[in-house]
Amino acid sequence: MRVPIGWLAEYVDVPAGTSVEDLDTAFVRLGLEVEEIHRPEEVTGPLVIGKVLGIEELTGFKKPIRYTQVDVGEAEPRGIVCGASNFVVGDTVVVALPGAVLPGGFEIAARTTYDRVSDGMICSVRELGIGDDHAGILVLGHDGADVPPPGTPAGQVAGLDDVVIELAVTPDRGYCLSMRGIAREMGTGLAAPWRDPGAVTPPVWSGEPAWQVTVADPDRCDRFSMIAMEGLDPTAPSPWWLRRRLAQASVRSISLAVDVTNYVMLELGQPMHAFDRDAVTGPITVRLAREGEKLTTLDGAQRKLTADDLLITDETGPIGLAAVMGGASTEIGDGTTAVLLEAAHWEPTGVARTARRHRLPSEAAKRFERGVDPEMTVVALARAAELLAEYGGARVVGALVDVDTRVPRPAIALDAATPARVAGVPYTAAQVVELLGAVGCDVDSSGNPLAVTPPSWRPDLTDPADLVEEVVRLAGYDEIPSVLPTAPPGRGLTDVQRRRRGVGRALAEAGYVESPSYPFVGTAALDALGLTDGDPRREVVLVRNPLSEEEPALRTTLLPGLLATLARNLSRGQRDLALFEHGAVFPGSSRTAAPLPGVDRRPDDATLAALLGAVPEQPWHVAVALTGSREPRGWWGPGRPGVWADAVQAARLVAAASGVELTVRAGAEAPWHPGRCAGLVVGDRVIGHAGELHPRVCAALELPARTAAMELDLDALPAAGVPVGPPISSFPPVLLDLALVVGDDVPAAEVDAALREGAGELLESLRLFDVYTGAPVPAGSRSLGYALTLRAPDRTLTGEEAATVRESAVAAAGRRTGAVLRG
Amino acid sequence: MSGVNDPYDPKQVAALSPEALDEAVTAAQKAFAAAGDLEALAVVRPAHLGDRAPVLLARRELGALPPAARSDAGKRVNAAREAVAAAYAERLAELEAERDARVLAEERVDVTLPWDRTPRGARHPLTTLTDRIADIFVGMGYEVADGPELEAEWLNFDALNIGRDHPARTMMDTFFVAPEDSGLVLRTHTSPVQARTMLERKPPIYVVAPGRVYRTDELDATHTPVFHQVEGLAVDRGLTMAHLRGTLDHLSRILFGADAITRWRPSYFPFTEPSAEFDVWFPEHRDGPRWVEWGGCGMVNPRVLIACGIDPEEYTGFAFGLGIERALQFRSGVGDMRDIVEGDVRFTRAFGVEQ
Repeated sequence: MRVPIGWLAEYVDVPAGTSVEDLDTAFVRLGLEVEEIHRPEEVTGPLVIGKVLGIEELTGFKKPIRYTQVDVGEAEPRGIVCGASNFVVGDTVVVALPGAVLPGGFEIAARTTYDRVSDGMICSVRELGIGDDHAGILVLGHDGADVPPPGTPAGQVAGLDDVVIELAVTPDRGYCLSMRGIAREMGTGLAAPWRDPGAVTPPVWSGEPAWQVTVADPDRCDRFSMIAMEGLDPTAPSPWWLRRRLAQASVRSISLAVDVTNYVMLELGQPMHAFDRDAVTGPITVRLAREGEKLTTLDGAQRKLTADDLLITDETGPIGLAAVMGGASTEIGDGTTAVLLEAAHWEPTGVARTARRHRLPSEAAKRFERGVDPEMTVVALARAAELLAEYGGARVVGALVDVDTRVPRPAIALDAATPARVAGVPYTAAQVVELLGAVGCDVDSSGNPLAVTPPSWRPDLTDPADLVEEVVRLAGYDEIPSVLPTAPPGRGLTDVQRRRRGVGRALAEAGYVESPSYPFVGTAALDALGLTDGDPRREVVLVRNPLSEEEPALRTTLLPGLLATLARNLSRGQRDLALFEHGAVFPGSSRTAAPLPGVDRRPDDATLAALLGAVPEQPWHVAVALTGSREPRGWWGPGRPGVWADAVQAARLVAAASGVELTVRAGAEAPWHPGRCAGLVVGDRVIGHAGELHPRVCAALELPARTAAMELDLDALPAAGVPVGPPISSFPPVLLDLALVVGDDVPAAEVDAALREGAGELLESLRLFDVYTGAPVPAGSRSLGYALTLRAPDRTLTGEEAATVRESAVAAAGRRTGAVLRG
Repeated sequence: MSGVNDPYDPKQVAALSPEALDEAVTAAQKAFAAAGDLEALAVVRPAHLGDRAPVLLARRELGALPPAARSDAGKRVNAAREAVAAAYAERLAELEAERDARVLAEERVDVTLPWDRTPRGARHPLTTLTDRIADIFVGMGYEVADGPELEAEWLNFDALNIGRDHPARTMMDTFFVAPEDSGLVLRTHTSPVQARTMLERKPPIYVVAPGRVYRTDELDATHTPVFHQVEGLAVDRGLTMAHLRGTLDHLSRILFGADAITRWRPSYFPFTEPSAEFDVWFPEHRDGPRWVEWGGCGMVNPRVLIACGIDPEEYTGFAFGLGIERALQFRSGVGDMRDIVEGDVRFTRAFGVEQ
C-alpha cells in the first residue's frame, strides 16, 4: 500500500514539525512495515504554471513538432518548442524556465532547436520526476478549469513536495489497504485529530431501482449495492490531482469512470466495478458458475469457470468474475455514457480460491481476501457518483439497489485481565476499554468479562487473543518488560544429535570442508551417475512447482549436489579438494496421502498416526568427495593424491565418530569404479559405499579422473553402546612382525580377521604395515606384513608362549586364506 | 705392610700422609682440567677415581693403623676422595654444557617452515552457528527437537491456523509435492516442529528446532530458496510476552554481545497472537552499531494449542523463529547470500571447525 503523505494529511491533522522519519517510526510502531520511502526528485530553479496561448505546427521534420506561445505570467509570452501534441490552446501546463534543473541534473537553457529559439520546456510527468508517464506533456487543466494563474510557482501544484510511504500490510489488516484505514491508524498512532472519509451519509436516491438484481448465493455475497448513472461524458479526462494520486499509488490511469472506481477503492478500501449499462442485458444475478461456463475477463483472457467461481451474470451469461475481475463484454468503452456502479461484499475465502485458481491476484481480490468493511458499499457508490458528476457530468438515475443479508456480528467475551496476563504488563481494565475503543470496538464494560463488538472494518478480530493483540499493540510493545523464564531441567542433546555433530566435526578435523547443497536434482544428474533403471535412487519425490524444470525432484543421494559443488570449486581454480555434506535425502517410494483433519481439536490418535505415517522417512546421509592432492607437496617431499582409500577411510572415520564398528568389503555399485568400490557394512547390513568414481561418471560430470567419493546412511548405524573401559596390563609386551604370502584376490581384511582369531586373547593389537608384490613373491600373490603386539594381563609372556601365539595365528591365516609364512 | 702388633706411626705409612693425599687430589684436579672433551675426561677418570686410584688405594691402608690413629687418617682419606669426585663432577658438567651448546646449536632448524601436510577442513558456518544457538538454549534447559523437511501440509499450515484459503498460505511461496493430493509440502518454516512437539508431549514444553526450510524464491544476493531457521517454543503455566522478550534478549546478548537487546514491531503470523517482528541491536555491525531485523515471535495462538490438544485456559506459550542466514550475514559481515550457499571452500574454510 502506497501512502502519499499529502493525501494522508487530508484526513489526519499531522502535528506541525512531524518529519517523514517520525511518520516512519509511527507506522512501524503500529505494525505497518515501511518498505520504502519514495521522495520526489528535487527540482531547482524557476518552474511555473503556464497557459498555452498559441500553437504553430512545424513541418518538414521527422516527427510532429510544435512551436508554442506560452503565458508564464510575464509581460510577453515565451516561445517554446515542444515535441508533444496532447494539448490544445488554453491548456494549463508546467513550464521549466531557463535556469531550472530537473531531476537527473537536466539543466534547462534557452536554445535553438528546429530552427526556433526555445525559451524553456513544457514538462511531462516523467521529466518532473513524479511518475512514469511520458506519452505527452502534463496538462493540469483545460481552458476554464480551476487552475492557478500563469506564473504561479508550480512546485506545490504538481505535488513535487509529496512523499509517498510504501507500506507492507500484513494479511490480517485488510482495512489498511485504504487511506481510510491508514488515517485511523495514524490518528491513533500520532494521537492526532483525524476524520473518517467513510463517515458520510449517502444521499437518498429515489425512483425505480437502478436495475433488477438477485443474489442467489448469499453465503458468498452478503451485500450487493448498485446505482445507475447517465449522461457521462466519455471524453472527459480525469482531473490531474486524481491521476496524480493514482500514479502515486502505482495505478494506471485509464478513463474517468475506471479511474474514479480505483480512486474510491484507494480512499475507502471498497473495490468497485463499473459496467457499461447499455451492454448489460436483462436482470443481474449473482450465482455460482456452472461447469463449462466461460468468461472473457477485462485482461482479454478467456477463462474456463468451475462450480466454485462466483459470477455476476445477466441474461447472456457471465459478465464478471465476482470480486476478482470484470468481464470484457460490459467493459466501459470510448462511447459509454451510462454506467452501472457496483460495490459489494464478498466472502473472503471464496475470493481467495477464485483468484488463485485463475491466477488473478487483482487489487480487488487482494482486498476482499483480507476483508473489506461491508458498511462501505453505499458510501463508496455515493463518493464515486459525486466524482463522476463533478468531472464527467453524469447523474444518478433511479434508486439504490442494496441486497443486504448480513447478520449481526456476535460480541466477543474478554476478561479484562487477559491482556495483562498475556503481556506481563499490568494494564488496568479502564485502559483495556479505552484502547479497544480506539480500535473502533464497541465495548460493553458493565460486567466482566467485557462484551466487545469489533467494528465492521475489522473482520480479523474474532477471538479474545485478537483483542489482546490490539490492546498490547496500541499500548506499545516497548512497555513489555524482559523476564527470563525458568525452564525445567532438560536432557541435553539426543544421541542422534550428538552423533551428527560428532561426524561433522570428525570429517572437518580430517581436512574435509562441509559444503551443503540444494536438494533438487534432475534426471540428467542421475543419468550422469550411471544409475540403472531399477536403481531405487531413481524413485524420486517430484516437486510440482520446481524452480527449474531441469531439477524437478528431491535428492535420493547426496552425490549429485556434492559433485556439483566439487565441479564449481574446480571451475574457480581449486585443484585439491576434499568436501563433505550431510543431510536428509528423500526416497520416493509409494505412499498414502496425508490426511487433512480439522483444527478445532487434536486429531484422534488414528488420524494423527496416519498423518505422521504419510510423511516419508528422510534418512540422514553423509557423503564425501575428493580430488587432487589429499596432502600437498611441500619441502618435505611430494604430495599424496586423494584416492579411493581416503574415501573408504572417511567412512571409517564416520563410524568411529559414531561409536560403531564398520566392516569394509568389496562392493559393486554405481557410480563407483567396479574394481574400486567398497561396500560399507555394519552388522550384516550394507549402509553405503566408497571408492573411486567410475571413469564414465568422471567424464560425464567433467571431474578429474580418479575422483573418489563415499556415501552412507547415518541413520542406519545402530546406537552406540556405552564404551567399556578395557583392562590395562602393566606387564611388558611381546612385539612380533609377520610376513604372509597370500593370493592377491584375498582381501586383507580376511587375513586380518584370521590372524586375530588365531592369535586369541593374548593379542593386544594387530596392524598391517606393508603390502608387497614382486619378486621374490610369486606372481598372483602378495606379501602382507603385520605387526602384532602380544600381552598378558597377569604375567610377563615367555618366549614359548609368544611362539605358540604366532604359530596359531599363522595357522589360522593359512587355514582360512591360504596364507603362508614368507621365508 | 706392618705387622699387627708392631708399634705404629701413621706418618710412617706413606700413602696416608697428608702430603701424599694432597698430591693425589692436585694430580686429579690437574688431569681433569686438562681433559679437553668428554672422551678425554672419560680416559683420565680411572686413574683418579678408579679402583687403583691413589685415594682408593690409601683407604686400604687404614686397616694397618692402630685404632687410635685410624679415625684421623680415615677423615683425611674421605676428604681427599670427595675432593677428587667433586673435581670430576665439576669438569664433567662443564664439558657437557660445552658439548650441548655446540651440538644443539648445530641441530638448529627453521621453525617457520610450514608443515601443512593435512589441509584444514571446516564445518559450514550455518552449521556451527546453528549449533551455537542450540547450545545457548540447551544451557537454559531447552531440548532440541527435529522434524522432517518434507512435511505434512496439515502440520505446516492447518495446525498453525493457516487455513486453506488464507492469504498467508499463498504468501508462503510453497513448494508443493506430487501427486496433487499427497498432502505434503517442503516445509516453509520450522514451525511445524512446534505442532509436532505439542502433539507429542505434555507441557511444560521448552524446545528449539533448527532446520532447513524452503520457499520458491530465486537465488540472488539477498534470497535463497533453501534456508535455515531456528524455531523456539515454550508452553507452560503463566508464560507471558515478558518471558518471550527475556528469552530473546538473553539469546541476543550471548550471540551479539552484552549490549545487544531486542526491539519489537507489531506484525502478523496466524500461529501467534499477539505477534511481533523483532530487531536486534548489534553494536559490532561492520557499518556501525544498528538495529537489524532478525525474526518473528509471539504468543502461541490459542487456536494452535487447541488443534494440538493443549488447554489454552491452563497453558500459555510463546514461539519465535529466526533466520540463520540472516544472523550469519550480519554477525560475520557476509554481504552476498550466494557466498553462503555456493559451497566455495574459500568461504567455508574461513570459519574453521568451530566458529
